[in-house]
Amino acid sequence: MEEIWNGLVRALRLIFTFDPEVMQIAWLSIRVAISSTLIASLICVPVGSLIHFNNFRGKRILISIIQTFYSVPTVTVGLFVFILFSNKGPLGGLDIMFTPMVMVIGQVILISPILTGLTITGLSGVDKTIIDTARSMGASNWQTAVAIIKEARFAVMAAVILAFGRAISEVGLAIMVGGNIRGFTRVLTTAISLETSKGDIELSLALGIILIFIALVVNFAMNRIQQRQ
Amino acid sequence: MAFIQTVNLGYKREGRDILKNVNLAVEKGETHALIGPTGAGKTTFLRLIDMLDMPGTGKIFINGVAVSHSEKSRLEIRRRMAFVLQKPVVFNLSVYDNVAYGLKWRGLKKHVIREKVNDILETVELVKYSKRNARTLSGGEMQRVAIARAIATGPEILLLDEPSANLDPVSAAKIEDLISGIIKQNAITVLMSTHDMEQGQRLADRISVLIDGEIVQTGNAREVFTSPKNREVAEFVGMENIIDGEVISNEGNMAAISVYGKTIEAITEHGVDEKVSVCIRPEDVTVSLARLSSSARNVLEGTIIWTAYSGPLCRLEIDCGFPLVSLVTRRSAEEMDLKKGLKVFGTVKAVSIHVIARH
Repeated sequence: MEEIWNGLVRALRLIFTFDPEVMQIAWLSIRVAISSTLIASLICVPVGSLIHFNNFRGKRILISIIQTFYSVPTVTVGLFVFILFSNKGPLGGLDIMFTPMVMVIGQVILISPILTGLTITGLSGVDKTIIDTARSMGASNWQTAVAIIKEARFAVMAAVILAFGRAISEVGLAIMVGGNIRGFTRVLTTAISLETSKGDIELSLALGIILIFIALVVNFAMNRIQQRQ
Repeated sequence: MAFIQTVNLGYKREGRDILKNVNLAVEKGETHALIGPTGAGKTTFLRLIDMLDMPGTGKIFINGVAVSHSEKSRLEIRRRMAFVLQKPVVFNLSVYDNVAYGLKWRGLKKHVIREKVNDILETVELVKYSKRNARTLSGGEMQRVAIARAIATGPEILLLDEPSANLDPVSAAKIEDLISGIIKQNAITVLMSTHDMEQGQRLADRISVLIDGEIVQTGNAREVFTSPKNREVAEFVGMENIIDGEVISNEGNMAAISVYGKTIEAITEHGVDEKVSVCIRPEDVTVSLARLSSSARNVLEGTIIWTAYSGPLCRLEIDCGFPLVSLVTRRSAEEMDLKKGLKVFGTVKAVSIHVIARH
């Protein structure tokens, strides 16, 4: 018990003295997660809209598949990205293995299903009459689509925040393709995993607290958005 | 060719005919009401005119030009119209942005939009809500936003689908006033659907009755309400007494019609032995305790079966061999002490009776 208490005190000290290593790890985590969420949003919101606004054969099946991948294990994505970008892999020539960049790519793949799926769900939640209303007011197909996405903006924003949460909290992928290299690809989750196994509870706790704090901020933002809706 | 003209317009949904060979002509500047029971196809018809759906068969002409299948030309024509849907839906934006949307889509400059929107918000008395999210408004206010949004773009054709159907009486009256003002102030062609016959009568120049996907009758309000073409129209326009009979004589269009053993005289062209239905509006039946010595041709004796008061009126049914519903003022009902079981006389003028063929 005393060990935990001491650990907590030291952890808080690490945070409030802005320990360079802790800050570097936290900052990298946030940077990687924000980058992957932004890139995934730029791809998935339009793709989700395309799926929603077009009727084609197999649409339901496609949506089911996307939804199945919501909970794809991070290590599976890690394995896939590893095979793709390792030296012998088809994209091995890019030589980006064990860099933050490949971590971003991995996270983009990881959160794409959630972002696409929840975009579709958000758009489906928009009253159908709104589409008729927009068209009857003289909106072109494109203008109608933009208006509908605007209507679903809170749902889409919630999807983005949820995706960010999944990106920043995953560990399997970051360890497998990032390699947990100190000062380079070490992020909050991989550092906690390593330090705990090394017995450095204080550092783990400090990083854990930061991670929970980020989760709290994200959750708070999401609640605010849902309240506005 | 009329401003809006449909030729043999047909539409099917899941194999069922929603509209059948609808031919309708609406002149420029006219206010035309489509009346008919729920499910008659009124909304579908308006959706076809606004090109939100494509007709299965037939053609639509707007100002003499046939509506084509190309999305571009349909958008062009649609931008000259406005459609207020039955269920008022607003965008999850401010009242101002809701009204401005259509103008933005047409690429108008910001200051022009501002001027127009503010003008229209004043017309619909929503200036004070300009910045409020439209979703927080009441049903009546939302419908006013919908109407403001529609007229903001200065449409040549205004389509209204049951504009006051889902509203409380006060809001409905307000919406009707607003529409009536718009019709008077703008050189606009209006095609509206309503199941409220009286609203149709108040607002429209001409009325078309749509029953089961077919236009059964078109005419001015008086024609449709006093001379319905068939039993369905008669029922819809409130002819509560529709009694089957047979013409037994007809001299110079003054016919004697045998109805359940009694003879009713009416003005009609139907000849002897023709099967007909006699239509009498309840307000055209005068009730008295003694036989009236008037020029009215039809005096029917019977017993009151029930009475029902509502507001200043009293509705009652007289059994005179067939049921005859009459509408009298509460005052006269009370003066005569009209009640169940009382023997009375129902008097109907021959000219007040409308005769339709029975198939």
